[in-house]
Amino acid sequence: MYAVENDIALNVAGVTKKFVKSEGFPWPWKRRRNGDQNGRQNGNGRRTVVAVDGVEFQVHRGEVFGILGPNGSGKSTLVRCLSTLLLPDEGSIAVFGHDVLQEEMVVKRLINRVSVDASFFKKLTPMENLLYGARLYGLGAREAKRRALEILERLGLEREPIFQPMEEMSRGMQQKVAIARAFLTQPIVLLLDEPTTGLDPRSKREVQAFVEELRDTHDATILLTTHDMQEADALCDRIAILDDGKIVALDTPAGLKSLVPSINGHEPTLEDVFMELTGKQLVKDEDEKSE
Amino acid sequence: MIQLIRELGASYAFVERNFNLVKRYWGWEVVWLMYSIANALSITFIGAGTEAVTGQKIDTNHMILYLLVGTLVWHYLSVVFDNVSELIAWERWEGTIEYTFMAPITRSTHMIGQTLFSLVYGLLHTGLILGVVALFFQLDLRGANFGGSVLILLSGSLSFIGLGIVASVLPLLFPERGAQMTHVIQALLLLFSGVYFPISVLPGWMQPLARLSPATYVLEGMRAALLDGAGTGELGGHLGRLVVIGVVALPLGLAIFGQAEKYAKRTGKLKRSG
Repeated sequence: MYAVENDIALNVAGVTKKFVKSEGFPWPWKRRRNGDQNGRQNGNGRRTVVAVDGVEFQVHRGEVFGILGPNGSGKSTLVRCLSTLLLPDEGSIAVFGHDVLQEEMVVKRLINRVSVDASFFKKLTPMENLLYGARLYGLGAREAKRRALEILERLGLEREPIFQPMEEMSRGMQQKVAIARAFLTQPIVLLLDEPTTGLDPRSKREVQAFVEELRDTHDATILLTTHDMQEADALCDRIAILDDGKIVALDTPAGLKSLVPSINGHEPTLEDVFMELTGKQLVKDEDEKSE
Repeated sequence: MIQLIRELGASYAFVERNFNLVKRYWGWEVVWLMYSIANALSITFIGAGTEAVTGQKIDTNHMILYLLVGTLVWHYLSVVFDNVSELIAWERWEGTIEYTFMAPITRSTHMIGQTLFSLVYGLLHTGLILGVVALFFQLDLRGANFGGSVLILLSGSLSFIGLGIVASVLPLLFPERGAQMTHVIQALLLLFSGVYFPISVLPGWMQPLARLSPATYVLEGMRAALLDGAGTGELGGHLGRLVVIGVVALPLGLAIFGQAEKYAKRTGKLKRSG
């Protein structure tokens, strides 16, 4: 096992990630766009988009840390950097003191991730998908099956669909399997990237209850990105508000709310906080496609 | 030792997953097998019909075997190449690429798993086709050097695995068109390697290029072993070239893939849609 004595589970220091987007060949007769709000045209048919801009925070062991932001604010890019899938252009990230670039394999053993898309081999059954994932993390088949059944049943999945192709499952059920896949490997840091986006209210509540249970009963540090402020309010110990790739505020839910004066005697919501700090609405459209 | 067992277990994950996928897509597997059998039979019937078409007396058994070796060897090599080169394309298609790349395994472990599957699958598939074709033709393989042909096939597999790994970089770098590009490579190998004809009939400028393809040596070696009964010593030249190509292509493929993976992580091309 790797050293995890450090009380700082995640140390994100000045992380910046830019993407160069191609706009096709710059034919002289084509009118070029002059870059959008966070894009910079560089004259050769490409524009640079700053997805994450100098982000800095620490997450303590056992904490549920929320990143609240609208679609396109850089939440998923940041999670990809944390999960070794993207290399930051600037700054550093350490998981329990292990640098994600220098000690990639160690970090991979400490983390797991649930993304907004429950990405699976849809023709395979949940059990086959979980067994595949478990083997990659060094788990034996018998142990993996036992644990998978335990977690899936805890998440409210009946036994029959566990052995049927995933394409026959609802999105909510697939997302529960995604959570089981992440939890099966017993990560010390769990990255939940909009795990409840697009779920029906019941599935959403069940997933949230599981996160609450993890928080209360397991030694897991959770980083949760969401644009659901009630979810962030209910689950997170601290919340960072991300807008255009930058953290504009970071505090406990109560601390954030105290930044905004109460309106007509009502306690402000995180939505009010977000609007006050960024001048934007947090969720423009519930069905809006995630970044 | 524990690390080795863990890596082997992780490699087996790819073998098991792929056979599970084969099981689930059984309808397509049947179609693919039927098509491959029909293709092999059609090409072999060209050999059976050459005498009737040309009106000239030829060694029909030799012609049938010549074409049959071509079609079977090419089938096997292209299955290996396809399965190795599509390791990224499959995962992109299914949307699982980020999860596989997040797993704590080396890329070699990933490749070994995919390669083992492709070898077993390729041999099973080709064996089935051979079994069916044998029902249609009286194949006279007296005097064939089967041991030598197996050696040629194994060493040829190494180089095709290396080429497959290099080709798998394309879907990594070009999420939308990379998979199509790998088929272009495969088509060029088919054309240049003398699958159904000796490379001496190719135009002069194509012949040196044909000598760069490992498939050329596999096919020449297999024909020499099976049709002419060449001894293993006589196959040494072909074996040596194939081993050299394999020894160069495998680590080169892994190194190129490693660089491409870094590039993909820098530019965000590991995402499902790229």
